[in-house]
Amino acid sequence: MLNHLIHDEVQTRLDSLDLDFNAYGHDPVGISREHLGVFYSMLGFFYKQYFKVTPVGLDHIPPTGRAMLIGNHSGSLPADGGMVMASLFFDLNPPRYIHGMVEKFAQTIPFLSSWFSRIGQFTGLPEHAVRMLKDERLLMAFPEGVRGIGKLYKDKYKLVRFGTGFMRIALKTQTPIVPFAYVGGEEAFPAMFHAKSLAKLVGVPYWPVPPYLLPVPLPIRCRIHYGEPMFFEGDGTESDVVIDGYVKDVRSRIAELITEGRQALGDTT
Amino acid sequence: MKVVVTGASGALARQVVQLLVNDGHEVLGLDRRPWPDCPERVQMFRVDMRKRPAEDVFRTYKPDALIHMATVTYVSAGSEERYRINLGGTRAVWEYCENYGVKHAIFVGRHTVYGAAADAPLYRNEDEPLMAGSTFPNLADLVAADLYAGNSIWRRPSVETAVLRLAYSLGPSKRGTLANYLRGPKVPTVMGFDPLFHFMHEADAALAIFTSLKSKLRGVFNVSGPPPVPLALLCRIAGCRSVPIPEPVFPAILGRFGFSRLPKGSLNHIKYPVVIDNQRFVEATGFKASFDEIQTLRAYRWP
Repeated sequence: MLNHLIHDEVQTRLDSLDLDFNAYGHDPVGISREHLGVFYSMLGFFYKQYFKVTPVGLDHIPPTGRAMLIGNHSGSLPADGGMVMASLFFDLNPPRYIHGMVEKFAQTIPFLSSWFSRIGQFTGLPEHAVRMLKDERLLMAFPEGVRGIGKLYKDKYKLVRFGTGFMRIALKTQTPIVPFAYVGGEEAFPAMFHAKSLAKLVGVPYWPVPPYLLPVPLPIRCRIHYGEPMFFEGDGTESDVVIDGYVKDVRSRIAELITEGRQALGDTT
Repeated sequence: MKVVVTGASGALARQVVQLLVNDGHEVLGLDRRPWPDCPERVQMFRVDMRKRPAEDVFRTYKPDALIHMATVTYVSAGSEERYRINLGGTRAVWEYCENYGVKHAIFVGRHTVYGAAADAPLYRNEDEPLMAGSTFPNLADLVAADLYAGNSIWRRPSVETAVLRLAYSLGPSKRGTLANYLRGPKVPTVMGFDPLFHFMHEADAALAIFTSLKSKLRGVFNVSGPPPVPLALLCRIAGCRSVPIPEPVFPAILGRFGFSRLPKGSLNHIKYPVVIDNQRFVEATGFKASFDEIQTLRAYRWP
């Protein structure tokens, strides 16, 4: 039904994606080939033409097996996750699918809920993360959480506190962490303030307002810098002090990658 | 082996009985409903599980094993009746098992006891709490029966007890909870939601129950076959006409305009998935389903 919306390139790359579709194009966790095709076709426009994203260090993504991609939230619209998905689909050969984790409230919203399910973006629960990793899939997480997308432009690229759950899951499942930095998103959607009443009315955590008032991002070049995989010793039962130390290492590495990315963009502010 | 099968006249139970007979077992079937053309090696007793004649079957025949399938859903019974049959009946038969030396008892429950909710994990394993009492109050009696049978594992140690939480069964008989939902001329779905439905072919479900007995299982196990399928696709392959209805008017539409009547609390179970992880069962029994999801749906459509 939606097949006519899928671009030819996307159709071709879907065939070599690391997902096991049944005769009707659905995988065991409910991802639909057709929905994914439409989603990647839409992402392709933003990835290639709108934000003109440049990925660096894609060779750090393991060609097979599990890995956790951990990065910063950049900008008040969560386009960063979509662009990471797109980079692994359009610029990695063969392409790899990556699961994201969405906020719980998204599952209660009609249409959004079913679309997230059909494109494999599940509620951010540890059970989901562990299952996907044990199934040798890629998983993307933003440990800044909602706090990360709630940053205003004046705080751009300042990393807020990282949650530690991802590290315990990585240790428990013996998963390498690939740190990444997404840069350009803060300039593409510079949030000057939050319209709190509107956010409350719509039922979302923030309603960012840019200087030009419209809730659309600007067509500004973005970059994704992937770092080398990081391995940590442990089984996830370590004390908070140990985990905090590991998380700090990942956070520092992401901060370095952000600096690299911003220099490449010519942003020195 | 002498095996008591409660609820033996049910569609799925008949297939379990047939497998037992084919394997050379003697079957004592207990049900209030008749099974006129039951196989030769089956003795049917038209009794109420909680009444003296049922106990007398255990007392007289001294069975070796029990497969308890005499549970009902909101489709066929009201609330009081369900508690009486599901919880009262389960309690009674486990008492008979303990009193009359039954060595192995299997409770055949449902996967829906986990309950459907927006913030629940997609795949549930046996350690997950049973939330159906709050997400779908009409299932509270089945949750209670499941937990009662589960408690028997340590309360009645002389009876090796296995609790099976089976995914929906579907097949040529066109019987069962999911088949009832799909039966009407129009299948009501909630607009904007397309949850995964987990089901298995009824022949595989029967085989899984039979395998549990052969493997002398003890403990709580999720039982499923192929991966789940989104509801919209399920309807398409099964040849049903699904009609998405906006949630605010959903309760008012049910039971009218050709839509089947569903209890109020069923809404969550049509909006959100209940999918189970059967790894523990597979490891304990080596069970492998013979029918995939597409074959199962086609078997339902064209028996």
